[in-house]
Amino acid sequence: MNLTLKVWRQASANIKGGFVTYPVANISEEMSFLEMFDVLNERLITEGNEPIAFDHDCREGICGMCSMHINGRAHGPQSGTTTCQLHMRHFKDGETITVEPWRAKAFPVIKDLVVNRSAFDKIQAAGGFISVNTGNAKDANSLPIPKDDADASFFAAACIGCGACVAACKNSSAMLFVSAKVSQFALLPQGQVERVDRALNMVKEMDALGFGNCTNTGSCEAECPKEISIENIARLNREYLLATLKK
Amino acid sequence: MSKLDSKIPEGPIEQKWNAYKDHVPLVNPSNKRNLEIIVVGSGLAGSSAAASLAELGYKVKVFCFQDSPRRAHSIAAQGGINAAKNYQNDGDSIYRLFYDTIKGGDYRSREGNVHRLAEVSTNIIDQCVAQGVPFAREYGGLLSNRSFGGTQVQRTFYAAGQTGQQLLLGAYSALQRQVGLGVVKMFTRHEMLDVVVIDGKAKGIIARDLITGKLERHSAHAVLLCTGGYGNVFYLSTNAMGSNVTATWKAHKRGAFFGNPCYTQIHPTCIPVSGDHQSKLTLMSESLRNDGRIWVPKAENDKRKANEIPEEERDYYLERRYPAFGNLVPRDVASRAAKERCDAGFGVGSSKMAVYLDFAAAIERYGKQQAGKLGEEHANITRVIALGKEAVKEKYGNLFAMYEKITGENPYEIAMRIYPAVHYTMGGLWVDYELMTTVPGMYALGEANFSEHGANRLGASALMQGLADGYFVIPYTIGSYLNSQIRDKVTSTDHPEFLAAEKNVSDTINQLINIKGTKSVDYFHKRLGKIMWDKCGMGRSEKGLTSAISEIRLLREEFWKDVRVPGASNELNIELEKAGRVADFLELGELMCIDALNRNESCGGHFREEFQTKEGEAERDDENFMYVAAWENKGNNTYEVHKEELKYEVVKVAARSYK
Repeated sequence: MNLTLKVWRQASANIKGGFVTYPVANISEEMSFLEMFDVLNERLITEGNEPIAFDHDCREGICGMCSMHINGRAHGPQSGTTTCQLHMRHFKDGETITVEPWRAKAFPVIKDLVVNRSAFDKIQAAGGFISVNTGNAKDANSLPIPKDDADASFFAAACIGCGACVAACKNSSAMLFVSAKVSQFALLPQGQVERVDRALNMVKEMDALGFGNCTNTGSCEAECPKEISIENIARLNREYLLATLKK
Repeated sequence: MSKLDSKIPEGPIEQKWNAYKDHVPLVNPSNKRNLEIIVVGSGLAGSSAAASLAELGYKVKVFCFQDSPRRAHSIAAQGGINAAKNYQNDGDSIYRLFYDTIKGGDYRSREGNVHRLAEVSTNIIDQCVAQGVPFAREYGGLLSNRSFGGTQVQRTFYAAGQTGQQLLLGAYSALQRQVGLGVVKMFTRHEMLDVVVIDGKAKGIIARDLITGKLERHSAHAVLLCTGGYGNVFYLSTNAMGSNVTATWKAHKRGAFFGNPCYTQIHPTCIPVSGDHQSKLTLMSESLRNDGRIWVPKAENDKRKANEIPEEERDYYLERRYPAFGNLVPRDVASRAAKERCDAGFGVGSSKMAVYLDFAAAIERYGKQQAGKLGEEHANITRVIALGKEAVKEKYGNLFAMYEKITGENPYEIAMRIYPAVHYTMGGLWVDYELMTTVPGMYALGEANFSEHGANRLGASALMQGLADGYFVIPYTIGSYLNSQIRDKVTSTDHPEFLAAEKNVSDTINQLINIKGTKSVDYFHKRLGKIMWDKCGMGRSEKGLTSAISEIRLLREEFWKDVRVPGASNELNIELEKAGRVADFLELGELMCIDALNRNESCGGHFREEFQTKEGEAERDDENFMYVAAWENKGNNTYEVHKEELKYEVVKVAARSYK
């Protein structure tokens, strides 16, 4: 199929960017969206132009590195799918596709479609852990955990930290990301000791890094490639409220 | 006289590690604060090592090329992690895990190391659960297990199809905790481009800030390379696009011997190649072989759809050839068997380079079981299949969804098509029992080293080894070296060797940018991949390898004359990053072929067509090749082999049979 791409090009953080239009021809339906970009970049290189910079790594939907905003949607039109797993069979011949980087104050553009998401690491460092030094653990089966709790914790922990929730939110809120991490630990007995501090510290760090407030529009859940539930946000709100009362 | 001392402790096998720990020199806490360690790579090995060493009080710097340490490719491991817990009461033990790993590796790994791995495997599960890793559980609240290839017990712990992600997030959370405490300094979007060796000891690294392009000099008392494997030398593999050999290759060129470079694991169950645009291959977890049955039609060139072929016209070739292990034979055996059927003309799909992985029988079996549980003994087949699909979805739902996303086919209805793909490299930097390379102060952990898996790795053992090295081995063994460094301040980064290494890196970058040729980096990478896959892949021969070596030499020359790297060195330049990595692959590829040519036997993943039994099984030559081939780089793409003889004192060496 033949397509027209409108791609955001920006040489670096401090240089103003803009859209550039590229026609792409003979795209196979079997290609992934990123493989289509590979084809375009290969052509740009042979023509003596600079290829489009974009983030990607595992290309199997788990590392969370790819981050394109496609036709106004984080990771494109397929729900529950990262950009790397989006295949061209979901587009029509002759279509024009607009591709932008994540847009959020806390995720500044580095170049073209590449943004800086290190704010997520900082939130994690503020409390997204259980403080257990290597070698301190007791036998794993000495602490039975109800399957339903373990499963719920797992579903929260399935977050890949890609930032689509932030990009999808009109307020650039990171609540879905933070709530998924807080939930993973809040649902497990191992996470109880630091429960109060974790909620307070992660939320405080999130606010300090310039993420917006949550107004419950639900767009984060709709765009999350791992379909993390917005119920986690409700849980985080409860955790936070209880934590403020306890402190 | 061999230059290689494996430093395996004396004593009975089950006491070696404890005896070592009881006698290894310690570093006191006030000295630890003054000792600095660089960790390159933030996957399971790197993150777990960095967190554990920081907890002990060492000052740690961690480098990764991704934008966050959580994105290292360990994240993509699907199926599980082995541990000799014997929670299933099915006869597992440390000895059995040890034995299975030695046999699985085709008697080409070290007994001492492997036994230690089996011993600490149980601590890993405990540690991960304590960190909040949400492993799969049974209704009673205890941990669930499943089987993987090459074993007859259930010792694999898992978290749906994303065990790697959950284990890495556990290690990453421990790492971020140390970052928050200020003990670890994290350098993301940084790529290590050289190791600095002063007076024969590793003293630091040169790294490039990938955003600004600036070269940085970092010094330390020890350098840990936890940078994964080199499967991307084949261009198409299940590795992440960025996975590369650069860190270990630069270390090799600075004196670290490279162990068994030809040992490559080709994973049997991957989604087949769909066209020339293909950028990477996707693995379907080995756990699927617990329930999926692998087959091809009995008739050559059968054009019917899978579900139109009646049962008696199907060849379940693994069950036929290996009745004892069936579909759960080790990876090397399963891959070769698939290749054999496809080469003989029995392959399926449009390319004819695929076999079926079929869940129809499992769906029916689970459906009946479920119907029985619900008291519906007389449920009709439609109902049984509906119940069976639910049960299979519970077990493998995310893997099935991934298959459907990529192929557009629904695996609940149509058998999956699969074919082997490059997945893991058992070879890597040679290390001793302490995980130290032949350069003092330089260590290699996880897939980056050559150690525990011999010539073939068993499923669910990579996660085990990465975390064993990082959490439970290096925190003990590093003291043995650092104890001798407590009097030395960290080297000044203005030392002439640092300046020389930086200049060397900068010269290479400028050279790459100034070639201004006509072909992209990918063009060369794809060609290299094809040579390697055809001639140093699942089947290798003297003729093929000899020709591969000369083809790679020519390709390398062409690369340095005609590659085009657009852009500048002082900015984010992804083509430049790729060019540096492919330049290293173009050297490594040759060494892999040299090693494969040198090893005149078949073992594990290394299958030399000249050396096979009448039934087509790998034929080892223990008399002449029971050694680790550790290659020394003599400069100018010349190498000298050093042999570390393997001694089996506990396991009886035998022909490896899964029949």
